[in-house]
Amino acid sequence: MALKMVKGSIDRMFDKNLQDLVRGIRNHKEDEAKFISACIDEIKHELKQDNIAVKANAVCKLTYLQMLGYDVSWAAFNIIEVMSSSKFTFKRIGYLAASQCFHEGTDVIMLTTNQIRKDLSSPNQYDTGVALTGLSCFVTPDLARDLANDIMTLMSHTKPYIRKKAVLIMYKVFLKYPESLRPAFPRLKEKLEDPDPGVQSAAVNVICELARRNPKNYLSLAPLFFKLMTSSTNNWVLIKIIKLFGALTPLEPRLGKKLIEPLTNLIHSTSAMSLLYECVNTVIAVLISLSSGMPNHSASIQLCVQKLRILIEDSDQNLKYLGLLAMSKILKTHPKSVQSHKDLILQCLDDKDESIRLRALDLLYGMVSKKNLMEIVKKLMIHVDKAEGTTYRDELLTKIIDICSQSNYQYITNFEWYISILVELTRLEGTRHGHLIASQMLDVAIRVKAIRSFAVSQMAMLLDNAHLLTGNTQRNGICEVLYAAAWICGEFSEHLEEPMQTLEAMLRPKVTTLPGHIQAVYVQNAVKLFATVLARQEGAGDRQAAQETTELLIEKLPQFVQSSDLEASCILQLIKYIQKLQAKEVSVSEEVSALFAGELNPVAPKAQKKVPIPDGLDLDSWINKPLREIESEDEKPRAVFQVEEPQHSRPRVPEIDEKELAKRREVRKQEQASNPFYIKSSPSPQKETANVDHIPVVQIDLTVPLKVPGMPMSEQYVKLEEDRRQKQKQDKKKDKKKKKEKEKKRGKGRRLDSAHTESEEDIAPAQSVDIMTEEMPENALPSDEDDKDPNDPYRALDIDLDKPMVDSDKLPVQTHRPTEGLKSPDPVAGVEEQDEKKSSKKIKKDKERKDKERKKSKEEKKKKKHRKSTPGEEEEGQVEKPAPAAAESKITALPTAPPTEDFDLDFWLSSAPVPSQSQPELVDPAPSSEPEEPKDEEEREESKSSKHKKQQHRKEKEEKSKKKKKKKHQDEGKAKSVQNGTLEEEEEPLPPMTNYSLLAENSDIKMVSTGQQGARMV
Amino acid sequence: MQFMLLFSRQGKLRLQKWYVPLSDKEKKKITRELVQTVLARKPKMCSFLEWRDLKIVYKRYASLYFCCAIEDQDNELITLEIIHRYVELLDKYFGSVCELDIIFNFEKAYFILDEFLLGGEAQETSKKNVLKAIEQADLLQEVRYGEFPHRCTLASSASVRGTPTTSLVLTLS
Repeated sequence: MALKMVKGSIDRMFDKNLQDLVRGIRNHKEDEAKFISACIDEIKHELKQDNIAVKANAVCKLTYLQMLGYDVSWAAFNIIEVMSSSKFTFKRIGYLAASQCFHEGTDVIMLTTNQIRKDLSSPNQYDTGVALTGLSCFVTPDLARDLANDIMTLMSHTKPYIRKKAVLIMYKVFLKYPESLRPAFPRLKEKLEDPDPGVQSAAVNVICELARRNPKNYLSLAPLFFKLMTSSTNNWVLIKIIKLFGALTPLEPRLGKKLIEPLTNLIHSTSAMSLLYECVNTVIAVLISLSSGMPNHSASIQLCVQKLRILIEDSDQNLKYLGLLAMSKILKTHPKSVQSHKDLILQCLDDKDESIRLRALDLLYGMVSKKNLMEIVKKLMIHVDKAEGTTYRDELLTKIIDICSQSNYQYITNFEWYISILVELTRLEGTRHGHLIASQMLDVAIRVKAIRSFAVSQMAMLLDNAHLLTGNTQRNGICEVLYAAAWICGEFSEHLEEPMQTLEAMLRPKVTTLPGHIQAVYVQNAVKLFATVLARQEGAGDRQAAQETTELLIEKLPQFVQSSDLEASCILQLIKYIQKLQAKEVSVSEEVSALFAGELNPVAPKAQKKVPIPDGLDLDSWINKPLREIESEDEKPRAVFQVEEPQHSRPRVPEIDEKELAKRREVRKQEQASNPFYIKSSPSPQKETANVDHIPVVQIDLTVPLKVPGMPMSEQYVKLEEDRRQKQKQDKKKDKKKKKEKEKKRGKGRRLDSAHTESEEDIAPAQSVDIMTEEMPENALPSDEDDKDPNDPYRALDIDLDKPMVDSDKLPVQTHRPTEGLKSPDPVAGVEEQDEKKSSKKIKKDKERKDKERKKSKEEKKKKKHRKSTPGEEEEGQVEKPAPAAAESKITALPTAPPTEDFDLDFWLSSAPVPSQSQPELVDPAPSSEPEEPKDEEEREESKSSKHKKQQHRKEKEEKSKKKKKKKHQDEGKAKSVQNGTLEEEEEPLPPMTNYSLLAENSDIKMVSTGQQGARMV
Repeated sequence: MQFMLLFSRQGKLRLQKWYVPLSDKEKKKITRELVQTVLARKPKMCSFLEWRDLKIVYKRYASLYFCCAIEDQDNELITLEIIHRYVELLDKYFGSVCELDIIFNFEKAYFILDEFLLGGEAQETSKKNVLKAIEQADLLQEVRYGEFPHRCTLASSASVRGTPTTSLVLTLS
């Protein structure tokens, strides 16, 4: 502002340049906004001037302000003005501003097309360069479409400075305008062998980026890249190529085999960590792709693991981190080789750096086995104690649980141990994962029957010491554990040694400070306990004690009545009724226990969904009038219920008047109507009705039939339970046997198998009794369907990855016309669309393995294509190319990847790499796409002659080359050829002979390029 | 590479280069989030972090943080190399560069970056070539801009304000 005062003459205007602005801002720290708004006013004024220098200065300042977060979109047009200045000084500023401020939404951006085109063709290479740089940041689909051709021309510019920029920016153009890929690709591929290493590296960059998204289409380039890899010494380039191979190997295991040797050589020789790391990553990818078939790569694995160990042992945190990261990739396929480094990984848990510790934790997850689980968890427990911040501690906690519970508790041999671990974990203060521990407790207690009595005793202890956990209920998520503890104690109360003590613990006044859903569970399970206590007391003939117990409940329960959950009030009524009965000296224990009789079984998550809805049942209609009271605290418990035991607790207490419950009850009633056992064993309603002379009883009578559902089942189960206990013992024995067997096996499918069998072991007893047993088979199928649903979009995406290429087949002609303006659109487009349809049909045929027909048609098309393209001009070549290529197949979606290359690839893969063999691909496409340069004319002639040869060769299909290949293929790849789409074209009778002649020529060029590469190392 | 950010220890953005199209709002949000996350990390921590579906590679040189976002498959170490190379380039160009050089000549910093990276890919791995290109382009600039040689501005402002002038390169390698 002070500077503004001196403003007067034009010269002085310049005083406030960028530096002044920056300084000004730094001097106005208190009123920065005010200062800047003054500056913006000033800039607006400057922008109105005619002097381009003033404008450029203003735009420069705006760019700075933009970085500070101020909106400068209003100046977009001024930026364009500056961009179009003829002076480089200003143009540079203009393009910088544009590259920082423009985005796809900038509407004036379309005004720049012609200016950019002009700059691109400027005689000054820096004008061009600046335009290319700018364009790379703000290229829009429209700009890409309109300028694609200009940029493509620049790829063959005489100056490498321009060439490399043009090549790199093509990637951005492809992204915005995929149709340009097809016509531009031949030239791009040419640049892989550009004499200038910078251009070459740029081309490698672009193709690697392309190939990473869509590796299939670039498989044919493998021989060329292989040659580049073995000859290049530029680490930047090497890394890209090796990364590219990492993307390709999953598609072609034979490529992986070929790569192993040079890669291991590189691993041995290189001193650059970045390269080493990339090599290791790709070797891992190779090993993964080979893992099914090739067991004898243990040397490479060992090498990788050794190198990674060195990385992990390095004092550099970055290397440590990456080493662990890469190690976890190996772990997936070769767990054994990683497991031997357990000590090292455990050491990393002590690292100062949290991100490294987390990486190590991830690794540990995959490293546990039956043998070392306890040891690892013990170490982790120590870390839990030591851990500082809660985030890391919570992470440890989840990891411990993940590790233990993985694959259906596959690695846990002693569940008592696990329960004690869970109980120990409850001592964590302020953890957010109380519910996680709770769900584990429930899961284990429900599914592992043998552990129930132990679990119950532990849970009773927890309940007894509940005050330790509930120090601060609001922030303490750990109290969720009490939910599980109460439920387990209630449900499995028969295992309790002193149920009375636990019952008292559950009725302490302090409980009312717990969250509502936990209180509800407390109340429900207090009644279960009550039933057990009654049974015992009455069994002992101690009616007095039984009545006292009832007294206790009636005394304590009212404290829960204020809870928003209805359990307390309902149950209080029930208990009062029981008290009346007791007063009449009626033995109630049997009936009270009957309320909770029956085994609760783990239910598949989707089981509830699968319960068929009986005809005439409308789940959306109200059975009773809607209750509005229960809304507020409903959500939290529901989450727990749904995750844990959607059914156990609620059906238990059918008095709860929740709409859902009512619906379920309805469903169940219907089921039971058709259940023969239902009629058989419903003694309780009869008994009840016998007593129903009292008025209140009528109300309860309503509840009784609702309880009946449990009854028939329960009586079935009473018998079954005994059986089951025996079975349990047998199961245990089986368990042991199976475990031993499993340990012996250790095959590939070990995990799956064992997980399966173990889950059966765990659930099997439950399933046999499970209410949902009938639904399980149903469940299996529908759940598969459910799985498909989310998968479907992915599958669609999978196809989409390929489809862009197909789409681009369509569009390049339409869109290329505007830029090239030569061919009349409609006929070609029509033909293309037809072609595409054909091609899609062919793909189907592919699947049906009607390859031969397709190949013939392809061959014909190929011939046509070559005939057309040879006499054609550049544009014709480019326009025509897409159509036949589209027809060829999806696999060779790129025009430059005709079947010949797959053929050659096969050949290359199956034979020793003669360096020159990679050549044909480079030259082959050239004649059809790039007859521009004089050289190409020669090539064209050659390609003509080659075509003659090809035709001859086609007649003699099975000869020469075939024989060679066949021998080798039979040796190596027959089995694999089926796996890989590209190999299906193996039979394609295009002899590589034609290419050999061409090879010889270009190999000179290659030598030059590689030589230069050598000169420029990183 | 998806984007590169330079920011100071105080969290002030010094340079930003986006290689993916994003709205200004989104950019600001990302910047704020990343600056916070990176500044919160302790010096002994490794230079990589996973953030959303990207990997963040950052390195601190004196008072400046250089922060790059790369994709899942990209090589973290080569990204560190790129950062380092860029710092070296700045250093060569400005002559023991400091944060103020970049603040006051932010357009130059951009020009150098643009000669080094294009569209998020390294376009020139030779330092010499990058600098040559910059110098030649600078020569094309009009004299008027040459009247304000950056060193003068810097030297004066640096001494006056007493802001961090520690050379970034002090911490190089």
